[in-house]
Amino acid sequence: MIRVNRQGEVWVFAEQEDGSLHDVALELCGKARDLADRLGVKLGVVLAGQGVCRLAGRLISYGADHVYVVEHDRLASYQTGPYARVLCHLIRKYEPQIVLYGATSLGRDLAPRVASEMRAGMTADCTDLEIQDVVDPRTGQLHEKLMLQIRPAFGGNIVATIVNYDQWPQMATVREGVMPLKEPQDGRPGKVIRESVELDETLLALRLIERHVEPRKVNLKAARVIVAGGGGVGSKEDFQLIHELAGAIGGAVGASRAAVDSGFIGKEHQVGQTGTTVRPALYIAAGISGAVQHRAGMEESAKIIAINTDPEAPIFSVAHYGIVGDLKKVIPMMVKAIKEKR
Amino acid sequence: MPYDIVVCVKQVPDTANITAQAMKEDGTINRSALPAIFNPEDLHALELGLEIRDRYGGRVTALSMGPPKAAEVLRDCLYRGADRTILLTDRRAAASDTLATSYILSQAIRTIGRYDLVLCGRQAIDGDTAQVGPQCAEKLGIPQITYVEQLIGIDGRTVRVRRNVGRGWEVVEGRLPLLMTVIDTANKPRPPSAKRMMRYKRARAEAELAAQARQSLRDVSAEQRQAELKRQAEALRSQGLLIEQWDLDDIDADLSRCGLAGSPTKVFRVQGIVLTKEGYTQIPPTEEGIRRLIHELVVDRTLG
Repeated sequence: MIRVNRQGEVWVFAEQEDGSLHDVALELCGKARDLADRLGVKLGVVLAGQGVCRLAGRLISYGADHVYVVEHDRLASYQTGPYARVLCHLIRKYEPQIVLYGATSLGRDLAPRVASEMRAGMTADCTDLEIQDVVDPRTGQLHEKLMLQIRPAFGGNIVATIVNYDQWPQMATVREGVMPLKEPQDGRPGKVIRESVELDETLLALRLIERHVEPRKVNLKAARVIVAGGGGVGSKEDFQLIHELAGAIGGAVGASRAAVDSGFIGKEHQVGQTGTTVRPALYIAAGISGAVQHRAGMEESAKIIAINTDPEAPIFSVAHYGIVGDLKKVIPMMVKAIKEKR
Repeated sequence: MPYDIVVCVKQVPDTANITAQAMKEDGTINRSALPAIFNPEDLHALELGLEIRDRYGGRVTALSMGPPKAAEVLRDCLYRGADRTILLTDRRAAASDTLATSYILSQAIRTIGRYDLVLCGRQAIDGDTAQVGPQCAEKLGIPQITYVEQLIGIDGRTVRVRRNVGRGWEVVEGRLPLLMTVIDTANKPRPPSAKRMMRYKRARAEAELAAQARQSLRDVSAEQRQAELKRQAEALRSQGLLIEQWDLDDIDADLSRCGLAGSPTKVFRVQGIVLTKEGYTQIPPTEEGIRRLIHELVVDRTLG
């Protein structure tokens, strides 16, 4: 662990793959900017890879004051060993007070390894972060401006707030898509700091034989409007109604796990705890009862319309507009009303 | 060639089936009202360990940290084919976060001594952190392969697996010893075998014998009770039915790194997710109602 360093920066680990930044890195820059401003410190971003320096400008436009760039042949494709070494080296050198990672497969592979080596705290899969003074109930001691790490636990049935008093840095992985992507500012000032880290061959413990990654075809996270269907839609044929409404409104198609499991639509459309977390301007949930796992993935949407025949369906608890009725009648009416407006 | 395999397993409350009875008035969860189950992904880790042993030979040791009741999942491991079971139980380990837990497990694995592979489920359903596996690997100073969905094979000291990386997969090779975290698509866990259930249903850890004795031997002196416990444990050991039990001293743990003291992260607040019933606008399912709704969305610029 490092000392409690209240002048320490707020850091973001910038996940990139094949030279393009992961969205979550930019989302984290926005949130980390708020935290840094609240603490009165700089926002630093760690950018590691090979030939990645050109991404620094983008990170600065999204809020970074300092971008620590580490380039090395052995960082060309992600592996736990060398990446963890880079983070630990830089954390020891600069003593940031907070380090954030995206809760992606990569982030959740890397972050705990770093936390273990640093013997520091790590909270997984946060959905919100805040700065607040906290009194330790056991000692009565006041800890000023700690990071509250807020996350669902117990299968999404409770929300836990976690703090780290003194085994710093305070570290967390943050769920993709929950922090709003802020508008970039061109011409924001920021500094690129090149760092070199010794990475010997033994850190590359694994040999990559073959890799197959699907491009993200369905971009639910970027959609302004999402029309989602659930098990209540009834059949793959009737799911066409969801596509029609999405088409008329200019939105993306989402689905609940029940709809995916019933084969109405592919898993890449799934919204919820095991799918994508979204926060569009408008979310229309049709035939979705609203299990807690689904609500966790969409309840941050700015406006939610729920259509369901069951007035007791839990989806109505997060809805702004509720239509109790048969979606097979309601959706065509909506399509018609939208076409009239255009 | 045979391999020594350690599988870490955890008993967890069944968070997938939380009923209204399990929720307290203040919105928190009454853990004792929930059934305790074998953490689902740990079953897949166990199955992978058993498959490797069945294919190449070797030995599967199941290790669980928890209260005495956690011996239940170790019995389940015996029913399914584990060769050895170890219960790590100690009140001083209570309230451990992932860092302290991984430290304790890594000390236990060091105490086991020989190991080629350490297998864990990717994550436990009560915390969903997926941190203990990688942290354990770091503490042991061995590489990790996370999200394993298929074992392709082991050739001498080289293991080849396919791992799930979210939007796709990759095939990687690593040198033993290493730690793998296993996901639920990796295999289909074998059911407990009837024959092994008959054989191991009487298997107990000492903590379980002690709890029984507190009930059945209430009227005898403490010394007599101790002597009786020792006799029972020896009898089980001679039949191969004693679930080994270790505490923090047995694994030479630094107490400042265990339990609450060794846990950097502290729970500051817990809130139940309360369903709020207030505040949504009912729209009648009529042409007129829907037209008005769409109009409202256009006016407030949600649409358009």
